[in-house]
This record gives sequence, structure tokens and C-alpha cells, in this order.
Amino acid sequence: MTYQGIGVSPGVVVGPVRRIVAAKVTAPVPADIDQVLEALDAVAADLEHSAETIELEVAKEVLGAQAMMARDPSVIEVLEGAITEGVAFDVRPIVEAAFGGFKEQLLALGGYFSERVSDIDEIQTRLINKLAGIESAELTLTAPTIVVAEDLTPADTAALNLKFALALVCSHGGATSHTAIVARGLGIPAIVGCAGVMDLADGTTVLVDGRGGDVIVDASSDEIATRSEKEAKLKARAESVTGPGRLSDGTPVQLLGNAGTVDDVRAAVKVGAEGIGLFRTELLFLDSQVEPSVEEQVKMYSDVFDVMAGKKVVIRTLDAGSDKPVPYINAIHEENPALGVRGWRLTRTSNDVLNRQLEALAKASHGKDVKLWVMAPMINTPDEAKDFADRVKGLGMQVPGVMIETPAAALHADRVLAEVEFGSFGTNDLTQYVMASDRMDSRLSDMTTAWHPAVLRAISIASQEAATVNKPVGVCGEAAANAYLAAVLIGLGVSSLSMAPSALAEVRGFLASVDLPTCQKAAKAALGARSAKDAELLAKEILEN
Amino acid sequence: MPSQIVAVGSKVGLHARPASILVKAAAAAKPLAVTIGRPGDKAVNAASLLSVLALGVKNGDSIEVTVTDGDGAEALLASIVEIIATDHDE
Repeated sequence: MTYQGIGVSPGVVVGPVRRIVAAKVTAPVPADIDQVLEALDAVAADLEHSAETIELEVAKEVLGAQAMMARDPSVIEVLEGAITEGVAFDVRPIVEAAFGGFKEQLLALGGYFSERVSDIDEIQTRLINKLAGIESAELTLTAPTIVVAEDLTPADTAALNLKFALALVCSHGGATSHTAIVARGLGIPAIVGCAGVMDLADGTTVLVDGRGGDVIVDASSDEIATRSEKEAKLKARAESVTGPGRLSDGTPVQLLGNAGTVDDVRAAVKVGAEGIGLFRTELLFLDSQVEPSVEEQVKMYSDVFDVMAGKKVVIRTLDAGSDKPVPYINAIHEENPALGVRGWRLTRTSNDVLNRQLEALAKASHGKDVKLWVMAPMINTPDEAKDFADRVKGLGMQVPGVMIETPAAALHADRVLAEVEFGSFGTNDLTQYVMASDRMDSRLSDMTTAWHPAVLRAISIASQEAATVNKPVGVCGEAAANAYLAAVLIGLGVSSLSMAPSALAEVRGFLASVDLPTCQKAAKAALGARSAKDAELLAKEILEN
Repeated sequence: MPSQIVAVGSKVGLHARPASILVKAAAAAKPLAVTIGRPGDKAVNAASLLSVLALGVKNGDSIEVTVTDGDGAEALLASIVEIIATDHDE
């Protein structure tokens, strides 16, 4: 029996399951205002104590903020106004209402702000449990255990004696959840979004593979040995190989980092990235309520260039629209935003914004010792590519390039790339458009993977066309972060890979173990497969031997 | 009552650490009370983390700080303005 989830922290362990079940209050909870405020004070004190004792800095901050919410004078005021005459029959709806207004406001704000709603939920649950006389689940671990829960809140992880936690497995949550952050901090395996795992009985022995995302009940000793060896090999390989990316036969593969902030750029440098293969400029625009001025942009880009002195930096111009709308630019409602005015197409509606961004890039790079490449997103036609290249070169910047992320750009890559100096596959959007499947829709997840042979064929065609006009092509989508897929992409003719800095060491380590003919063989096998799953299996088999 | 308008220095706006620092300072100012809000809009209690977060203040937004009259009000105003103008994550 295997449960499949999302591996968010690598490692292989075997141990007994210990489920953490959240207590739920179902009956009315009567209390007067003094009892409510006393309980709220106790909840705050508990949280403050946890904040003081936990060693993880990230959890400390979250717990501290939760304690402040439990002591929030505005909430206390509302509660005092609502419970005025002795004992209220059921305080649950009153507590709900006292926090509810804030929850709605934070949800409406979205982004960072809406993430705090889970903190409010946590306080409400603790307050009601306290009043109902239910102590928080006793989470003391006394022996090595695999912790299984629906979701682990920062407070849970603080209460757990994590010294004994072998792994964390949650039936809910995504790759960026708190559980993932804590597990990586502790260096133990973790899996989230693992449906059905709460059905396991306490004490069941399971194998947890935090890289693949598998929880296996009653794994055979062979299975345990195989997975452990593979994990050890991958880990050793990632740690042993340093320096520029190379295949085992010496073929160079430029390994670059994806970044959206100066901090990301520093993280990429730290893991030995040879440059930045994709700097997303959206954040600067998304964080602001009006278009950032040329001067503000110059400062940001200069900071990036200073960190990357002497190295290659690919800056992508504003990719607003579709899943990343910027309110003051994408003002018009679009029926079909993924196919609408986004990326470089914004020159049709907000031409000056793009011109000002290019001006800022030219100014920021002036006199800097950096290999600046400038790249436009969503380029579809040779005319668009030429327009972009003319503008970039007109401002004195030498290396314009384009994202290849639409089927049109891939199918006539020779004509598009003839106008510029390089191409970069945005595999996330290319997959979405080739497969005509919304990448945000989890019901279509079998079709929204770059492993699909149709997507690989688009990349193959474009890479061959690029070679006919002597233009290098790279990959800057999530596909580059998967070691096997990265090898297949190399086999298809890609010469550089740009990925999240956290994935770089593993990809570098893996590529050092395969030669070019093997990558080409794996690519050919994947191209010939009938499905994404088959492509992945066939390629892995070739690459591992 | 002394008041002043200040641009928010924190890159993340009044969220996470910057918001906590502000709320702690406002709570410690008792018996003086500190309120903040967008100029011309309703002001909220700066000692309430949830109220401060719910303003949804972003980097560069203008915020009006008001302090109730009393001993040390001017100095308190200056210190709150400084907290809001600083980028605490630098």
C-alpha cells in the first residue's frame, strides 16, 4: 500500500506512525466575559511560551505574531461589547464574529495578508478548546516517530518534541506550507498533500521517501534498501560535485539560477550558479500601487548587477497578465487572460511602461561589469522579436533574446530567433499552451507536465531550428529543476538550464553522472513514448544505467 | 493631538516583523494612544495587530500617525514615525 503526496524535504526513513488528531468541539460552550478573557490570556501565554522555547527562527516569529493577535485590544473590545449579561449560552459564534471581520478584510487583501487567516483560525480553536476544557493534543514524542497529521501549525511543531520526529507527513498543505519549511530546517524528510494518510493506525511501520513523496506501508527490505541507497547516492552526488555544470564526458552545461529579488540572486550565487538565467521583474511592479519610477527600477537592477559582477544575468521584461495581473497595467477584464494581452503584448496597450523599463535597464547597466542579456516574454512572431531587438539594441544593450513559450514561437523558432541572439524555453507556459490545459487546474495535472511527449517534441523542433540559425537555447522553467528532465532537455539540444537555486546542487550532481550520448538516447526514448508517464519511466531507466 | 504623515519604508509593507515592531511600540505607549490610517480615512488602534494588518499597507504608502495629547506625545510620535519609515528587513 502506497500513499502518494508531494515530497517537500528529501530523505528516506522507516519508522512507526504517530497521528496527531486535532480535537474538535461540537457542543455549545457557555462562558461569561471574564472566563473568555481569562482563557484568551492563557492562550496568549501558551503561545508566548512556545515562541520563547522553540529554536526555529521562522516558527518563533509566527508564534510571536499569534500571541499578539490573542492579546489584540480590538478583539477584546468586540468581545466585551458582545458578552454583556452574565453567561452566554454558546460563545463559539461570538468568538467567530469577533475575529470574522478581520479575517474577511485580510482575505480581501490577498497575498501576504491573507496568509495570516490561518493564524486567526489557530487562536480561535485554541480559545474554544481552552473554554471547553480540552487541552491541546498531548504531542510529547518519547521515541523516534513518523508524525502524521492533517496539517501542522507552527504551534503544533513548537509543542512537538521534534528531536524524536523522523519525518513529517501531512494529508493537507502545499509545497510552501509551514510543515515544509520546518522539515527543511530540521533536515528531516517531509511530505504534504498526502491524501488518505490519516487512515493509518498508530504504530504502523511505514517508509517515508521525502524526495519522491511516497509513504509505503510494509515496505519490503529490498524496497527499503533500494530507496535508501538511491537517496544516499543522490545526496552524495549533489554534495560532491562543485564548479561549472558538466556532463560526465566534459560537455559543458551552463547552470543558472532563477530569481525575483536581490536576495534570490544572492542565494543563487551561494549555491554556485554561473549566472542568473531568469530574473523576473514582476515583483517590483506587483509590490507597488503605481508603476515604479525609472529611478526606482534603476536602483533594483543595479543592485542585481552589483551582486553578479562579471557574470551573466538574463533579465526578463515585465511579464504581467494572465496569472500575474498588475492592477494599473492589466486594467481591462479579459475573457481569456492566458491568451490575452500579456508579456511583450503589453506594448499594444502600455507601450511606455515597457520602454521605461528598457530605459531603466540600459541606465542601470551603464558602466557595470556584467554580461547583461535582456529577454522578452510571450514572443510569438518574428516581427515581435525584431521590434524587441531593435529597441534593446537602440538603447545600447547588445544581447536581446526571447522566451519560447508559445507553440507558434516553437514551430518557427528559426525565423523568430534569427531576429535575436538567444532563446529560452519557458516550459511552464509552453506546456500549458501545447497541451491547451490550464496549469492551475489540478484536474488536468496529468496533461500539464513537461514530460508529455507532445511538449518534448515542440522543444525538440525548436532546438533543431535554433541550431540552423546558430542561436543558443536554454530552459528557465520548472522542468530544469528535475534532474532527469534536465538531462532529457540537454539531449534535445538545450545548452543552459536555469532553475530555483535550491535545486541546483542536485541537478549539477546528476548531470555529472551522465554523458551526452546517454542524454540523447533518453531524449529519443521520451520523444517516442505515448504518455508523460511512459516518457518519464523510459528516460529514467536509460539515465540510471 | 500631534500627527504626522509618513511613507512606509518596509519592503513588505506593514506586515510580519515591521507590523509587530509597530504594534509593540504602540502597546507600550500607554496611557498615550496611537492611531494610524490612510490620510482622510478611518484611523485604527496601532496597538491592534489585526487592525494594522487589515489596513493592507504596502511599501511606499502614506500613513497618518496620530498620538493623544499628554506627556511625551511629541517624542512618541517621532519614534512611531521612525518605525514606520524604516525598512526593518534590510
